[in-house]
Parts: sequence; C-alpha cells; structure tokens
Amino acid sequence: MATLTAEPQLEPQRRIVPPPKKSRLGWQLLGVLVTWVVLWRVFGGQWTLESGVPSTIQDWLQSFVSNLGIVSFTQPIIAVLNALYNGGVWLTQQLGWTGMIGLCSALALIVAGWRMALLTIVGMLSFGVLGLWEPSMETLVLVAITVLLAILIGIPLGIACGLSTRFERFLMPVLDTLQIMPSFAYLPIVTLFFLIGPPSGIVASLIYAVPPTIRLTSVGIRQVASASVEAAESLGATSRQVLRDVQLPMSRRTRVVGINQTVMAALSMITIAALVATPGLGQSVLGSLQILDIGGALNSGLAIVVMAIVLDRVISAASNRAGEIAPSKRSRYTVWAVAAALIVAGVILPVIVPSSAKWNAAWTHSIADSVNSATPWLKDHLYPFTTAMTEWITVWVINPLESLLTDTPWFMVIAVWAVLALLVGKYRTAITVGLCLIGCVLLGLWPDSMVTLTQVIIAAAFTMVLGLLIGTWIGRSQTADRVWRPILDAGQVMPPFVYLVPCLALFGPTRFTAIVAAIIYAAPAAIKIVGEGISTVPTNTIEASRSAGATSTQEILKVQIPMARPIIMVALNQGVIYVMAMVVVGGLVGGGGLGYDVVKGFSQERFAGIGLAAGIAIVLLGVMLDRISQSAGRVRRTSSDVR
Amino acid sequence: MSSPDIVPTHDSTTPAVSVRNLWKVFGPKAESIPGSADADLAPAELKDKTGCVAAVRDVSFDVAPGEVFVVMGLSGSGKSTLVRCITRLIEPTAGDVLVEGDNLSSADEKKLRELRRNRFSMVFQHFGLLPHRRVIDNVAYGLEVRGDDKASRLARAQEVIDLVSLNGFENSYPDQLSGGMQQRVGLARALAGDPDIMFFDEPFSALDPLIRRGMQDEVLRLHHEVGKTMVFITHDLSEALRLGDRIAIMRNGRLVQVGRPDELVGAPADDYVADFTRDIPRSHVLTMRWIMRPPRPEEALDGPEVSPDMIIRDSIGPITSASGPARIVQDGQLLGVVDRDDLLTVIAGGQS
Ligand SMILES: Nc1ncnc2c1ncn2[C@@H]1O[C@H](COP(=O)(O)OP(=O)(O)O)[C@@H](O)[C@H]1O
Ligand SMILES: [Mg+2]
Repeated sequence: MATLTAEPQLEPQRRIVPPPKKSRLGWQLLGVLVTWVVLWRVFGGQWTLESGVPSTIQDWLQSFVSNLGIVSFTQPIIAVLNALYNGGVWLTQQLGWTGMIGLCSALALIVAGWRMALLTIVGMLSFGVLGLWEPSMETLVLVAITVLLAILIGIPLGIACGLSTRFERFLMPVLDTLQIMPSFAYLPIVTLFFLIGPPSGIVASLIYAVPPTIRLTSVGIRQVASASVEAAESLGATSRQVLRDVQLPMSRRTRVVGINQTVMAALSMITIAALVATPGLGQSVLGSLQILDIGGALNSGLAIVVMAIVLDRVISAASNRAGEIAPSKRSRYTVWAVAAALIVAGVILPVIVPSSAKWNAAWTHSIADSVNSATPWLKDHLYPFTTAMTEWITVWVINPLESLLTDTPWFMVIAVWAVLALLVGKYRTAITVGLCLIGCVLLGLWPDSMVTLTQVIIAAAFTMVLGLLIGTWIGRSQTADRVWRPILDAGQVMPPFVYLVPCLALFGPTRFTAIVAAIIYAAPAAIKIVGEGISTVPTNTIEASRSAGATSTQEILKVQIPMARPIIMVALNQGVIYVMAMVVVGGLVGGGGLGYDVVKGFSQERFAGIGLAAGIAIVLLGVMLDRISQSAGRVRRTSSDVR
Repeated sequence: MSSPDIVPTHDSTTPAVSVRNLWKVFGPKAESIPGSADADLAPAELKDKTGCVAAVRDVSFDVAPGEVFVVMGLSGSGKSTLVRCITRLIEPTAGDVLVEGDNLSSADEKKLRELRRNRFSMVFQHFGLLPHRRVIDNVAYGLEVRGDDKASRLARAQEVIDLVSLNGFENSYPDQLSGGMQQRVGLARALAGDPDIMFFDEPFSALDPLIRRGMQDEVLRLHHEVGKTMVFITHDLSEALRLGDRIAIMRNGRLVQVGRPDELVGAPADDYVADFTRDIPRSHVLTMRWIMRPPRPEEALDGPEVSPDMIIRDSIGPITSASGPARIVQDGQLLGVVDRDDLLTVIAGGQS
C-alpha cells in the first residue's frame, strides 16, 4: 500500500545554496590573503607605528595601580577563605596519611568504583614516596575549596545559561574574557584585593576554573533531547519539574565533564599561584627552580601530574557511570560498607600501630637526583637537532608571518582582519574585530600586539593539527585513549615552569620556545575535546557508513569529523584561548611582544602601566580570535544543516 | 462518482476537540501573515518575500467524542506543528482550539497544565522517555507531576503496564527495550493519567512494519477497551485507513480534504488526494453505497439483503453465492442493487 515516505519538496534554493557558498568562502578567504600580501609588498614598512605612540591610557593605568589600596569589602571574604583553608589543612593533619588515604579512596570507591579506589591509594602513596605529602595535601585542600566554590557558583549560572539564551549571550563574553585574561597579568591585581597567600590563590583559580562548569552545564541542558522535554511538558510538568526530572538528570554526564575541566584548571592555576605565596606543590616547584634544581622541580611536577591523573581518572569514571543504570541495591550496600571500612581502617591504624602514624622517611625516594644527573647528557645529544629545528621554523614560518603582520600599515592590517571576520561571521563580528585591533593601537602597543598575534596564530595552527590527528586517534581507539590520556593530563596540569626549564635548555630563549610552550599547554585540551567529539558520534551512523563500504579514511573525513564539527569548533576555540593564556609565559622565555610587556610590568612598579595595558591588549586579541573562531564554527554548521 | 450522504459516525454533542482557523507561522513578524494577502502565496514565494514559513494555514475541524481522527500528509506538510499547536506545546499564531468546550488558546499556564495533566496526553514519534528512570517510573511520571501519592501512582502505572502488555519489564530501563517496547512505554505513560483525548504524532513511524502493525492493533484494541478520543498523525495511508474513523489530508499547511476513508478513495477532492489513494484496492475501502445502482426492470429482487455500509470485500461471499443481485436495504427501504458483475468491475480496478 502507499506509504508516503517521499521527502518534502524543500524549496529548491535551500538545497542548492550551501555547496557554492562554501567553496566561495574558500576563494574569498584566499583572495583576501593575496590582497594582503600585495599590500605588504607595496606599502611594507610604512605606517607601522614602530616608534610607538604616546598612550594616555597607559599613564592612566599607571596611576590607577599606584593609588589602589586594600579594599575593605574583601576582608570578610579573606577571612572565610583563610578559615576554609586552615580548617582543611587541619583536617588532613588530624586524619594523618592513613586517614586521608582511607577517606579519599572511600570517596573514589563510592563515585567511581573499585579500580579508581585502588588508583587513588596508589597515587596518594606516591605523594609520600616523592617526599611531598604535606604540600600535596595543601594543594588538594586548595583545589577542593576552589572546585566546591566553582560548583556552587557555576552550576546555577550554567543552568541559567542553558535555559535562557539572553542570559547566555550576556555571560559568554564574560567567561571568554575570564579564561583569556593572562593569569600572570591578573594575579598581582588579585593580590591587591585579597593579599598574598591562600585567598588570592583560591580567587585566581576560581576565576580561571569556573567557566568550564558553567559552559558545559549550559551545553548539557541544551543538548537534552527535545523529545523528552516536550513529553514532560505534554504531561503538564512545570518548568521546574522539567528541569529537575528531565534536563538535569539527562545532562549529568556533560556536567561532570565540565567539573572535570574545572578541577584540572583549578589544579594548574593553584600551582601557578605559588607566585603570590599560595602554599602547596607549586611552591615546591618554584622553590626548586629558584635554585636551578631541575630534578627537584620535576619531582614536584611529577606529584602534580599524579594528582591530576588520579582526579581526572576518578571524575571521568564517575561521569561514565552517570550515564549508566543504577546498580542493584545489594552491590550498593557492599560498596558503602567497604567505603566505611576503609575510612575506619585509615583512622584507627595509627592507634593500633603507632609507628605508622608518621610517614617513614625510609619509604621516600625522590627522583630529583637521578634527573639532575641525566640532564647534561640529554642536552648534549639533543641540542644540535633542536637548534636546527628552531632555526628552520623561525626563518620559514615565524619571520614571514611576523613581517606580514608588523610591516603592513596598521590600518590595512585592521581592514584585512575586519574583512576576514565579515567573511566567516556577521558584520557584528567584523566590528568587534576592528574595535579590538583599534584598542591595541590606542593602548600604544600595536607592534607588540602583532608580534604576539603571529606567535598565537602559529601555535593555534599547530595545536589544531595535533588536536585533529591525536584527537581522532583517541576518539576511535580505546587503547590509544588509554595510552594518551595520562600524557594529556600531564600536559594540562603540569605548571608551565616545569616544562619551561627543559624547553629553554633545548631551544634557548626564542620565539619558537614560546610557541612550543603554548602548544604543550593548549594541545591537550584541544585533543581531549576532539577525541570526545569523535567518540560521541553515534555508532549506528558509523555502522551505516561502514556498511556502505567506507574506508577508515572516508569514515573519518566524511562521517566522524563532519558530525563532530560543532565540538571540533569548540576545540579550536578553546585551543586559541589556551594559547592566549600562555602569551605571558611566552614573554618569560623569549617570545617578546605583549607577554614581555606584562612580565616587565610584573617585575617593576614603574612599568605597571604598560604591563596592565599589555594585559588588556592580550584580552582584546583573545576576544578577537575567540569571536572569529566561534563564527567560523557557526558558518559551517548552518550551511551543512538544511533544517 | 458522487459522494453519498455523509452519515455522522458519532453523536455530535460538544466536539472533543474543535479547531477554528488555526495558524502557525514561523519567522519574523509572524502575526501579520494570517489573513493578509501574503497568506495565499506558495511556500517558496512566502519565504522569499517575508522570510516566514506558514506551517499551518487556516485549519478548522471538529473531532467528535470517541472518534479516531487521523491527520495525514507528506513530511513537512505541517502535521507535527498542527498537533503541537492544538496541545499548545508551541503557541499558535492565530485561531482557537477548544477542548471539550474549554478554550485552550486563552488558558493561562496553570489551566493549561491542569488540562495536560488530566484531560489530554500525547505520544511522540521519538518516544521522549526518560532514560534514567525505570519503565514503571516513566509510566508514572505524569501522575508524579500532578502530585499523586507514590502508592497510588505505582498501582495505576502497573495497571496500564498490564494494559499495554509490558508486564515483566517494569524495572527495566528504556535503553534495554526494543523500539516497539519503548513506544509501549510511551503509550502507557499517555494512558496513565486517564485522559479523555490522546494525541499521537507519528508514533509508529520509527518502528519496523511488523511491529507497526502490532502496535496499530494495540491502539485499536485500546480504543475499543477504553474508548478515548484520538487524534492520530501519520504519513502512512494504510495506517490512516486502518485506524481512522475520519481522515484529514494536509498539504503545505492546509487541510485539503476531510472525510471517511471511503470518501477519500471514492471522491478525492483533487489530484493530490487522488494520487495518495491511487494504490489502495478500492474493494477494501468502498462500501455498497458507492457501487449500488437502481434495479433494472428485468431483474428479480430475490437476492440477499445487504447493508449499504458493508465493505465490498466483505460482500463477495454473500453476493457471488446468490443467483440474483443483492438488495441494498436500510431501515427496510430498498436503496439499490449490486450484482456479481458490478463487484467484479470494482475488484478488477475499473471505475463503476
Ligand atoms: N521551529 C520551526 N521554525 C521554523 N520552521 C519550522 C519549525 N518547525 C517546523 N517548521 C517548518 O514547518 C513546516 C512543517 O513542519 P512539521 O510540522 O514538522 O511537518 P510534518 O510533521 O508534517 O513533517 C516545515 O516546512 C518545517 O520546516
Ligand atoms: Mg512530523
């Protein structure tokens, strides 16, 4: 019998438009680039603002910093944060190492299962073995406080963003700014309000770590199948009931992924906050670096990495379980009983065996000495190779691009970027981009901004290449995921100082070193997000393409990457943001540009104005790249999606 | 062929659902479209000129209590939008919907929720189950939402689970069930609140044909057992014919024709409807009324007596076994006759 499965007669232009539009975009972009190169050849070297323009904004910032005193409204906050921190540390001391291991493994058991409990025990024992039990516990307490606050603040905001597009449109730019703002630039400002010590560390980490929770809570709510929301509404559920019974439970997994990101970000920032006298492992790293003890720094870095791996593993396992079906009552009781037993055992062990109350020094084996003895050998054998590589990339990639950006007249560069923004986005994107670049001019930092932009573009491009290659790999293979994930975690949470030391040793203080540092920092996030996107492509779609005879390459290029495109665009966006976050660190290792200006401002009071101005310029560049990469994501999506 | 007199299938007291000049326009300045000159433009022209899509255009119909009313059309013709406007899951642009006399268009949030909780319910194409809840909790969700206490809602959920033959799966999670089973959960959930009216939006389109047939039987059985008014959306004509007391054909947002199955097949309003029904064996749908003719003078009126509403297919036995033509009699009155040749002409596919 007649079954009307025929597709609707879509208006013809809808079907025909996308392909020409897409290829036209490619040609247009190419046209703009060619025009740019021509302009550069013709006008190169003129109107470059090389000598700098006097900037009233810089002077104003300078006097602002000089006049800012400690603000009284932060006093109670400082008191509360200090109390939380001291209370937490007191608790870890009361529980002792056995009690803490019992408590943490019990928690891991409850939220993430047996294997994760075991991993927790091993990880925490290693803190003792590395000789870093106390700083580890300090860092753990700081991370716990930060994450707790981030959840308390982030989840309600994320829910509001998920439910209200208007609120989201208001909050997202704020979040972008928070994430792009170079931590080194705002750490000193935070200390003006919160004094040096744990409160400043917590506040700085919170600012840096809360965005992923907000973002992913919001994304999760928006991703909940509209069919389920509609069904609940059709049964007469109020919007609160829909939120409580449908949207929140069905988005739990995504939300936990956000919390995971928050934990990682908090850990990495809290170690950087060692610069403002925040205690913990970061302090140990910094202490070692100050006496050029690379082995000691790596030893402490290793402890941070172990902590990151354990936290990431446990939370990932918990998020995977969040999608699963609840276990039977009986096995739940067993888990609770064992968890309770672990805590009790940890607490009473020191009472029964008094010698176990304190960590025995004989169990400690720091890796510091063995590393320190191996460093010279590595340096001798790798140096020729790395010098050649630095040379090649500097001459063939960095110099040409930097010349294109710095030698073309400034207003032409702005025009070119505005046109690029117009092509991938709307006129609003173009205006934002134009304003951001004009801001750099007004701040008196045009040439430095362009130097930084060069390095950011190169680092972001490398980051995306790595993100796509390795991300696709781990998205498709469980084994690859298992191998790569610890490395990625390490890259994400290792405080930049730790790998700056070997980078400096290998590549010397160059712009390329700055780029490498940014890639090491940004690639893990991009890879993880791409991997997540690839692995969430529904298996039935992949099976469908496989059954149509697709090769693996076709499967990746035609199915997985296009279907994961929205998430890949998020990866690009986050990659750019992470690269921006490293601009200041780049300044420390020879990158020059805005990063160096910030470092200068950080180290000498009389350069505070230029430092702050450079911080603002970094934010402006970040906003600009963020807008462009976000619009690029949207362009593709709307043209491939007919409905 | 002329349409016979329309005999209402059901008592026409207050209609269960009454839709009056309903419009739904998506796009900028949607409110200005209904009633304007633009409203009559073809979809593509309307889109070009105003940027709007008129998914439902000036639709009116009544559904009698206890009736199964089917809305059919190609995908994109506006069926889902229509049914969502009726239940106000999306806000109509213009027009009124009356449910058992209550005007839904003017109902506030609270009243609307009250109606959804007690008077009507909906079954969805993609089920819309809650994956984190067991089957029984999914079924009981509507009762939970309206505040029934736990014991009574679980008891009621168990009742409807038995009704749709899901017993044994109460404690499973939706992902553990096949598509057909999942839709039974959807069906049970819609039945749990004991609504007067049920809306179905292509509930079986995602299921394979054998299961689809089983589910259609299930709906017919439920309709007999619980006697709900049903508004059923489908794009499958055979499904429409099996289930519908009346069928409305929709095209580009408008109703092209509303009528009983035999009316659509026997007297299609235009080529579009005729196209739809072309492949339907007429003998499966048309009744005696459509093929009877006045007796010829030479014919002996001694054949069997047959009701004018008997489907042709069912009349083959009695008519072919008799020698003379069958007499079509209603209330003791002879309306016409049908003989073997008349039957064969229809069955062979010719026009009578
Ligand atoms: N939210 C929406 N915004 C814009 N257009 C829509 C929206 N929902 C549906 N439409 C359009 O309305 C028309 C009817 O859609 P729909 O009611 O889903 O048809 P059906 O259920 O018959 O397949 C289609 O052209 C569709 O593209
Ligand atoms: Mg539909």
